Order: sequence, then C-alpha cells, then structure tokens
Amino acid sequence: MSTGYFFSHRHVLGIDHLSSDDIQYILDTAESFKEISARPIKKVPTLRGNTIINLFFEPSTRTRLSFEVAAKRMSADTFNISASTSSAVKGETLIDTARNIDAMHPDIIIIRHSFSGAPHMLSRHVDAAVINAGDGTHEHPSQGLLDLMTVREHKGKLHGLKIAIIGDILHSRVAHSDILGFTKMGSEVHVYGPATLLPPDLEHLGATVAPSLEEAVRDADVVMTLRIQKERQSDPLIPSFREYAQQYGVTREVADLARPDALIMHPGPINRGIELMPDVADGPRSVILEQVTNGVAVRMALLYLVMGNS
Amino acid sequence: MANDWRIRNGRIIDPVNGIDRVGDLFVRDGVLVESPRDLPDSTREVDASGCWVVPGLIDMHVHLREPGEEYKEDIVSGTRAAAAGGFTAVACMPNTRPVNDCRSVTALILERAREGFARVYPVGTISRQSGGETLADFGEMRDAGVVAVSDDGLPVWNSQLMRRALEYAGDFGLAVISHSEEPSLSRHGVMNEGKVATRLGLRGIPTAAESIMVYREIALAEYTGRPVHIAHVSAAMSVDLIRRAKERGVPVTAETTPHYFTLTEEAVEGYNTNAKMNPPLRTEEDRQSICAGLADGTLDAIATDHAPHSRLEKEVEFDLAANGIIGLETSLPLSLALVRDGVLDPVGLVQCMSVRPAAILGVPGGSLSPGEPADITVIDPELSFDYTEDMVVSKSSNSPFLDWRLQGRAVLTMVGGRVTFELRATD
Repeated sequence: MSTGYFFSHRHVLGIDHLSSDDIQYILDTAESFKEISARPIKKVPTLRGNTIINLFFEPSTRTRLSFEVAAKRMSADTFNISASTSSAVKGETLIDTARNIDAMHPDIIIIRHSFSGAPHMLSRHVDAAVINAGDGTHEHPSQGLLDLMTVREHKGKLHGLKIAIIGDILHSRVAHSDILGFTKMGSEVHVYGPATLLPPDLEHLGATVAPSLEEAVRDADVVMTLRIQKERQSDPLIPSFREYAQQYGVTREVADLARPDALIMHPGPINRGIELMPDVADGPRSVILEQVTNGVAVRMALLYLVMGNS
Repeated sequence: MANDWRIRNGRIIDPVNGIDRVGDLFVRDGVLVESPRDLPDSTREVDASGCWVVPGLIDMHVHLREPGEEYKEDIVSGTRAAAAGGFTAVACMPNTRPVNDCRSVTALILERAREGFARVYPVGTISRQSGGETLADFGEMRDAGVVAVSDDGLPVWNSQLMRRALEYAGDFGLAVISHSEEPSLSRHGVMNEGKVATRLGLRGIPTAAESIMVYREIALAEYTGRPVHIAHVSAAMSVDLIRRAKERGVPVTAETTPHYFTLTEEAVEGYNTNAKMNPPLRTEEDRQSICAGLADGTLDAIATDHAPHSRLEKEVEFDLAANGIIGLETSLPLSLALVRDGVLDPVGLVQCMSVRPAAILGVPGGSLSPGEPADITVIDPELSFDYTEDMVVSKSSNSPFLDWRLQGRAVLTMVGGRVTFELRATD
C-alpha cells in the first residue's frame, strides 16, 4: 500500500469517481480481508455496532447476499429492505423513503435501484454513507472491483492487459464499471456485441469497439461475457436468442482465439448456451466462481473504507 | 388613471418601422402617439437613458398550467413572471387539465387572463383531447379566442391527421404548431442519445426523433401549401432541413428556446433533473447550429417553452422526473448574450422576440407604430444580476439557470400603457 494514501470517499457511487490509487487501495484492502472468509470462524469485530441497510428496489439474490455476508463477517448489524420501484407511483418518493431510513441512523445504506442515478440522489439526502449496488444501466462498482481483483490475482497486474467484453453493453452496468475500471488501471478494453446493444460514444468511456467477435477476443487476457437480459427485449434489439447464440455466443472455438492463459469471466447469472457455452463456462480457464468469492472480500473492503471515512 | 407616458432618451428599436435611434416615445391613453403635442401635464415620465425601448416581447410558447395544475403555475402567476421577464404577451399551450380543445376551456383561460399581467393568446389542440385521432373543433375554438392549434407535449403521430389539420386550419386563419417527435424513436429516452447518456447510463433520444418529424411537417406543408410552425427546435439536422425548405419556398417557420442555444447535454451531469426536457439538451455542435439558424433567420423566433413543475415532479429519480423548465424570467438575459456574442444584432433580437412571433401567430404587437396599443419593453442590456431562487416570480423554480450571473434584463414592461412590471421606480 502506498504510504500517505487516504481513502477520501464518503460514498461509493461508481468507479467513475475513483482514481487508480483508490482502486489499488480497495483491492489491497480486499486481499487482506479475503483470508477472513477462509477461517473456521469467519468473523471479525471490525464493524461491531454499525448498522447497515440493504435497500433493494430491484430483485437481486447474489449481490444482496454478498453484501450481507460481507457485513456480517465484520460483525455489523444488517437489515434488508426490498422495496418496489413503484413506491413513487404509490406516493412515497425515494427521498422520503431515504429520509425515513436515515432517521433510524444507519451507518451505511447499500442501494440497488432500476433507475440510473438513484444512489447519487440518495447520497445528497442522507447522513449515512451510500454504496451503489447497481443503478439502472449506469454502474455496478462493487462488481467491477471484484472483476479487477480476480484478474489481478491471476495476472499479477492490471496494466497492459487486453480485456474483451462481449455482449449486451447497452444494458450492462457491470460492463460500464468494468470499462472504467480496467482502463483506469492501464488495460485496453475491447468490446463487441450486436450494434443494437452497443451504446453510442462508447469510446468516451475508454473502450474500443472491435470490428468482429474474433478481433475482440484474439490474444485477449480476459474474455468477459455478459448476460443477455431477457427482460429487456421489448425493443427489437435482437431477432432471437438462437440467432444471438450463433452469431455472438462465446464457443470453445472463439475462446481459443484468446491467449492460452486467458480468463473466462461472467458476472452471472449465465444463460448457458446463449452468451456462453457450457463447456467454456465450466472449463479450466473459467474463474466465474472465484469472482463470487472475491465479491465478498471487495464488499468487506468497501464497507470498512467508507466507515473509516465517516 | 390616464395612461399617458413619455419614455425619454431610450434607444428605440422598432424593426417594422425601420427605426433604431435614441429618442423619446409617447403614449396617450394607453396608445402610442407620434408626438408629445396632446400629452397632458399629468403625463408620467420614464428615463430610459442607456436602455433599449422595444415593442413588447411576445413569447409564443408557454405553459400556464391553468386549468388543472395550479400548484405549478396559474395564469396570474405565469403572466406575472412573463411581465418580469419583459413579455407583454404569451401564447399558452393547450395541454392543461382538461386540455384546451373546446370553447369553455378557452373562455376560462381568457377570463382568468383579465386579471393577468400580460396578454394571453390561447392555443387550442389539434386533436380532440390531444388524442391524435380526430380533429378538434377549430372553428369553435377560433371563435372563442384561440390563435393557433397544437398538440404540444405530444407529437401528432398520425400523418393524415396532421395533413388535415394544416388544410383545415387555413380556413380559420389558425397557425399550426408542431411538436416534432417520432415517438417510436424517443420512447423510453430521458436525455440526448450520446456520450453523456452512455456515461450516466440513461436512455437516449436521438436527434433523428425530432428531425424525422420536422421533415414530415415540411413535406406536408410543401404538399398542401399550408404554413406550419415547428416548435422548440433543438437539433442541427432540423435546422438544416428547415433552412433548405425555406430556400425552396416552403411555408415553414420555427422557434427555438434559450436553453438550446445556451446549454448542452453536459448540463444533465449529476442527474440534474432541472436539465431534463423534451426535446432534450443536445451537443455543442447542435447548439452552434441553433445559433447559426438564428443568425441567418432559419429559426424565426425565440420562445421559452416555459414549463413550470413543482419539486414533487423534479426531486425524484431522473427517469421519473417531469420534462421541462421555466424560462420566462431568463429568456431575455440569455438571448441578450447572443447579441454580445455577435450572433444577433439588437434589431435581430427584437425580430425574434417580438416581430416574428406576432406575425406567425397573427396577433397585434411587434411594432411601435402610432395608433397601436402601448405594449412596450424597456431593456437595460448591461444590468447584471444573480438569478437566485428567492427572486423567481413564477410559482415553480425548476430552472437550470439558478445561481447564474446573468446580464441584461427588462426594467419596465407596459401593456396598453399599464405598467405590469418595473424594476426601478418611474418618475
């Protein structure tokens, strides 16, 4: 860890706001916490007496569970609130909800919301530290950080790598956080997917749009596939999942274009046989479950760091 | 009290009469007169030294929210804001609750306007209930007092209905104002499609959503030979289409608003709901095209699209926030910046903010000719001020320009010789 560094963020709203030093420090902290999860008694008293609220306006199992496990391993008291995004329609605004929760004096509010920017708005109206657990199609910083951590563990570095991200970039907050994170750390990010699933001006995030699936994956150090979001197909974005699997799915042949030691990653849950073929997903180069393990460590680090800054 | 005035030593700018000179202006019984001969001793005086004296500004596109949403604005508060911004007349869009698609709503608006601070020209709907299915009763609405028709807020998606509206409106001398938006392209979008939307993870509205409809209106105007007016132009492609249509003689006019020539999509940064509007703020390239369109007359008018919303509609998630900003009190200062930047000269500014709106709507005003009602705006083009929330006259304060330092503003607004706003005491 660099000397004299101080984690200055009260909230973690996105990778956009973090510097490369911040990211380095978070990953170092997460690595030091990872060992706790391997102990027979997986609990340290670090956040004893702290109250953490999981405010989830959107269904999520793995992210919510990961944050909860992280919090409990650090002895914090956690509470889960599953709210409907439609509460605004019913009369209570997000700000009112947030103020009510804040009146109970939680230390940290972890928010997942289907609208981009909701955590930013929340952070302006509460005293608690706010951690973004995914907002709309904007960012999912803790997922981005766990991806960085997983790659750094295997590659020993984050600079000078070629990262391929394949699939639905348009709707993927994970892709946004990954593009920002990997490029901040000095890697090149090449994205590919149907033109209908690539947002405009992606290069402003730091990514390069590859001309073909093969070009994106060729000599890559990491191949990240993204979930095709079946719930978002009201727009005519792709003709069919069958067509998608044939044209954009990562098969063994495609994966073999990457470097022999390339990592296969996926933020989950996987549509097996659509964006990622089962033999690749379960193959020797897949680190998909390690991503999940590292998620707990990264979230422990984030909780610890925002509390240290309150 | 008699409405007799001598406005001294102002720079009188009256494009219709080809006047731009320093001098005095005279009002007798609320009507402009040529000379001071018949003015009584009780005539009041205004020292307009260093100021411009112009025909009363006309905002051809505002939302006054009455009837139905008076908690956001009402006709009295909206016209008070208009007067404070230097406007002597406003045209109010029909998307009230209920919508203005019949005599009784028009009559109510005009009745309430009698207590107001500016002339109010109601705009009726193109389609019944703004439903986009059948034509509203243009004749009845015209008889009740509307000067134009528009489904503003909603596009007329049915091209045949738009064609018929252009044809039928001609029978009643009503301007047809198009809210140009192709709904299948704009659906779900909340800001301009582009790099800022990508970074913020917000769904985008492409400029093509506007320009496709602008082109449709041009095609229909060209085909029917009937005039069409394009509201709130935001995109470079639209400016280009209108410019080329005018070159070949198509009867198309257009307006833009101060936010499209002042701001870009960057204003949305931080999920600022006071920068959420429809059409959305665009890019720097679009902004510059809007300025060029004003400079060469492609864009005829500056309107505000004054759209008051309470905090209830704005202090929510960006996706859920209402579209629109207030504009009556900032329009003139922001437009004066165009003069300082060399985009418009003072005469051009008066054309955009008074002469052409009057001509497009076919309403009085836009000149300082003797015999006309004394609708006059006195502008101090240099006066600087901080536009803060506590000075907002409108009922709502949803403005992205709050806490901006602005330069130039109206110091006196007069409707028919009656002072509706004054910043400093008259003699």
